[in-house]
Amino acid sequence: MHRLTLAEQRQGLIRGDFSSRELTAHYLARIERLEPALNSFISVTAEAALAAAEAADATRARHGNDSGLLLGLPIAHKDIFCTAGVRTSCASKMLDNFVPPYDAAVVERLRAAGAVSLGKTNMDEFAMGSSNETSYYGPVKNPWATDCVPGGSSGGSAAAVAAQLCAAATATDTGGSIRQPAALCGITGLKPSYGRVSRHGMIAFASSLDQGGPMARSAEDAALLLAAMAGFDARDSTSMDVPVPDYRAALGDSLEGLRIGLPGAYFSAGLDPAIEQAVRAALAELEKLGAILVDIELPHTELAVPCYYVIAPSEASANLARFDGVRYGYRCADPVDLDDLYTRTRAEGFGEEVKRRIFVGTYALSAGYYDAYYRKAQQIRRLIREDFLKAFKTVDVVAGPTTPHTAFRFGEKIADPVSMYLEDVYTISANLAGLPALSIPAGLAQHKPVGLQFIGQDFAEARLLNIGHRYQQVTDWHRRTPALAQEAGA
Amino acid sequence: MPIDQDAIASVARLARIRVAPEEMPALTARINTILAMVDQMAAVDTAGVELMANPFDARQRLREDAVTETDQRAAFLAIAPATEGGLYLVPKVID
Repeated sequence: MHRLTLAEQRQGLIRGDFSSRELTAHYLARIERLEPALNSFISVTAEAALAAAEAADATRARHGNDSGLLLGLPIAHKDIFCTAGVRTSCASKMLDNFVPPYDAAVVERLRAAGAVSLGKTNMDEFAMGSSNETSYYGPVKNPWATDCVPGGSSGGSAAAVAAQLCAAATATDTGGSIRQPAALCGITGLKPSYGRVSRHGMIAFASSLDQGGPMARSAEDAALLLAAMAGFDARDSTSMDVPVPDYRAALGDSLEGLRIGLPGAYFSAGLDPAIEQAVRAALAELEKLGAILVDIELPHTELAVPCYYVIAPSEASANLARFDGVRYGYRCADPVDLDDLYTRTRAEGFGEEVKRRIFVGTYALSAGYYDAYYRKAQQIRRLIREDFLKAFKTVDVVAGPTTPHTAFRFGEKIADPVSMYLEDVYTISANLAGLPALSIPAGLAQHKPVGLQFIGQDFAEARLLNIGHRYQQVTDWHRRTPALAQEAGA
Repeated sequence: MPIDQDAIASVARLARIRVAPEEMPALTARINTILAMVDQMAAVDTAGVELMANPFDARQRLREDAVTETDQRAAFLAIAPATEGGLYLVPKVID
């Protein structure tokens, strides 16, 4: 059953080939067998999952197959989305004991669509990282090579989907946190346009960049999940009131005449030649489907990483000020006064990378430095968005590799934060510009997955999923599974 | 522009995060590596470029001035580290 995609499982449930309870129990058994090797979950909510599955089966029996788009389908949530009554840690010691009294909008919507939650997936602490090595609960292993990172920050969701411990999972993307781990684990991940998916109950990292989205094994599955996740929510002040199109209806659209822009900067020095080869081969497949490849320039690309590493830490320093040991989460032992309570709670509760980013952000926003850093970064951010708007006058989408390298080994980049930051060189621009972007598997290099990224125009998620789906209909890279997932039996 | 340990110490005070003296040299070095990368921005002429805080230059929405939240005081207090009589407890601030 785990070999089926989410869409196939949906059909299986509708036809009555298996029940949601059987499917859920099957995944729980796989999680029990494979989790020790992967560490992709922080919490597995087996009892609640089985109860929800039985309720879904009962709903189907009573009200028929139209009672929920995702009725009875097991998924997992990144542990950044608040779940009422279920610990939501954001992979931090700071929230190790935090049990939210409410559900995030994404959790609410997916439950309303009938989805069954298997549990909460591991991640980089507060979503700050590209390797999952900053998690308080230990790193997630890449199912393709367990000595390598799964990417980050949504590494748990990516590894769980790749190892077929769930067919799909929720995730978030501030600078590449959906697309980079999707690329490194050989799955499909979509970062929607800024404001497309409600951030209500999604623990904030950098509020002008954060966006929730789906991770799955195919573009079709991502479309199913996004259909349930997307839409206006008054409780998120940045939610955009833009109609949600029928993503699934657009999947089969023709690619005839689609103009794909290839930025020179995405194929330059620093890119693994084996990745370039795989990406060019994938683009050639799209040409066969009628797409036209056009060379373009995005002149401010090299400024994206510096710009991001001012904006994201600055906003993080403000957002993470709420963790003070007073209202929820960790509190240090025996504080002598209020200042001691704050400073020691935060010193003990946050990990090294989180503290580093709070310091950089606090500095960038402090008196005398604001103009040189945050203000300057906001101006460069506009130049980066304008590069895209100009490109979109001649092309429909922009494409290139998702990452410059395949999954790297544990410890390889953690000692040098800047080398880690540069792994996000191709993904960060879409966050700065607010644009939707999709990563799909497009080959293997050094026996590890390669990601192909498409960046679309504002709210053009349907087009991106359409391109991904058409590509996946004529290729089978998205069907490849790591040996680890296969050895565990049916 | 690189910053020294005194500047880091003042940033740490602003951020309300205690840093042990022995952590200072390594922390300062790492933050300076990050600032050196970020300083690439200085070379770009941004005169006249408007700031971008939101990709769509969206403004904050207004809503009717009406009560929309229900009372969840008990639920919120239940997850606090220390409470008493419906209030959050912190160490004594005023003697």
